Amino acid sequence: MSDQGSFYQRDRNWHPPAFTPTYKTSILRSPQYPLLSLDNTISELTGPTFGHNKLGPLDNDLIRNFAKTGDPIGQRIVVYGRVLDENARPVPGVLVEFWQANAGGRYRHKKETYLAAIDPNFGGCGRAITDEEGRYWFRTIKPGAYPWPNGVNDWRPAHIHFSVFGHAFAQRLITQMYFEGDPMIWQCPIVSTIPDRRAVEQLIAALDRENTLPMDALAYKFDIVLRGRRSTMFENRMEGN
Amino acid sequence: MVQKLDRLKESPSQTAGPYVHIGATPNWVEITGVWNEDLGLVLVSPETKGERIIVKGRIFDGSGTPVKDALVEIWQADGQGLYNSPQEKRGKADPHFTGWGRQPTDGMTGEFKFETIKPGGVPFKDGRLMAPHITFWIVARGINIGLHTRMYFGDEEAANAECPVLARIEHKVRVPTLIAARSEENGMPTYTFDIHLQGEKETVFFDI
Repeated sequence: MSDQGSFYQRDRNWHPPAFTPTYKTSILRSPQYPLLSLDNTISELTGPTFGHNKLGPLDNDLIRNFAKTGDPIGQRIVVYGRVLDENARPVPGVLVEFWQANAGGRYRHKKETYLAAIDPNFGGCGRAITDEEGRYWFRTIKPGAYPWPNGVNDWRPAHIHFSVFGHAFAQRLITQMYFEGDPMIWQCPIVSTIPDRRAVEQLIAALDRENTLPMDALAYKFDIVLRGRRSTMFENRMEGN
Repeated sequence: MVQKLDRLKESPSQTAGPYVHIGATPNWVEITGVWNEDLGLVLVSPETKGERIIVKGRIFDGSGTPVKDALVEIWQADGQGLYNSPQEKRGKADPHFTGWGRQPTDGMTGEFKFETIKPGGVPFKDGRLMAPHITFWIVARGINIGLHTRMYFGDEEAANAECPVLARIEHKVRVPTLIAARSEENGMPTYTFDIHLQGEKETVFFDI
């Protein structure tokens, strides 16, 4: 086991801290004791795998995977990108899950009470497995902004939630994707849990006119970076990264 | 000028939000027909080797209120202490046990419950055995970055006492927050692992 390189330590000044009082729910849900640092053991260097056979043909097509009577209403988009590690190497064969509200900002969830209408043809969930170059892509409707009970007049910017598995449980990550040019990004208490503006910018997908489908769908590019692995030097060969 | 190390930065985490179930367990929130079954709900099949156990518990916030919108993932070795992962180089794990589970906490009670098997011990980096444990990862509304912890087994006192990870906890009074008591419920060995996000009984969370 000692021949397996650990992952680079998480930069917890880049990630949001646990306690971020302007995002009110974090106040009572943030640990107060320091985290216990643990160099990766085999329990963290391993992780689950999901085969392509788990996925159906429409799993990455949110325009069609819940459609009952026709297409959902809203701005048709394609979201694509790569899952890379911090050494800029592709992370192939990993599960990427995404979920979102509909064009009006309404989630299909039993606890959701926002007055914007449900779209009968939109479920809001999708998933993909990265290809050998770490690429994923899906088709969807651009989500709407969404009000939430934090401050009296707080709104989430348009966003898509992402859940990413790497090759190890230590790489497990959930994050959110925002859209280029949205002024509400910089007003959002959840976005601003991230201390560094450059880190926020890492979550903003670029409008990609080159990959936009004429007369069909706009394209947004969103790359995701997971933790990179340290090399184990002086073995027979370099391993890890 | 020195050469640049030229690394990327990890994508920053964001909260999973209150509607994490739409993406993780859509059938559980009645988004049906998109995919057949939610991943991670079932860990064991009749072919799985090992002692069947129930692992259950609740997650409490700093006011002592159960968190009813969390998502809990577990990752564990098989009965022989092998992980079902390509990164596992020591041998081949039980092919009938993925080792990974995922459950939402109940919207009314806040309880999570996994039917799984008791894992074998796995070695620490220096070769010493770590006591049998299950790795937990918790995300929810209000949690900005997923929380890692471990559940150890209350009936493994000798192994727990030797575990090099538990030995790292400086404040011994906090060790019991990682140890689940064993009981018998409906004829099944049941381990109850309550997680406290904050306060006096705060669970030990790891930076792994």
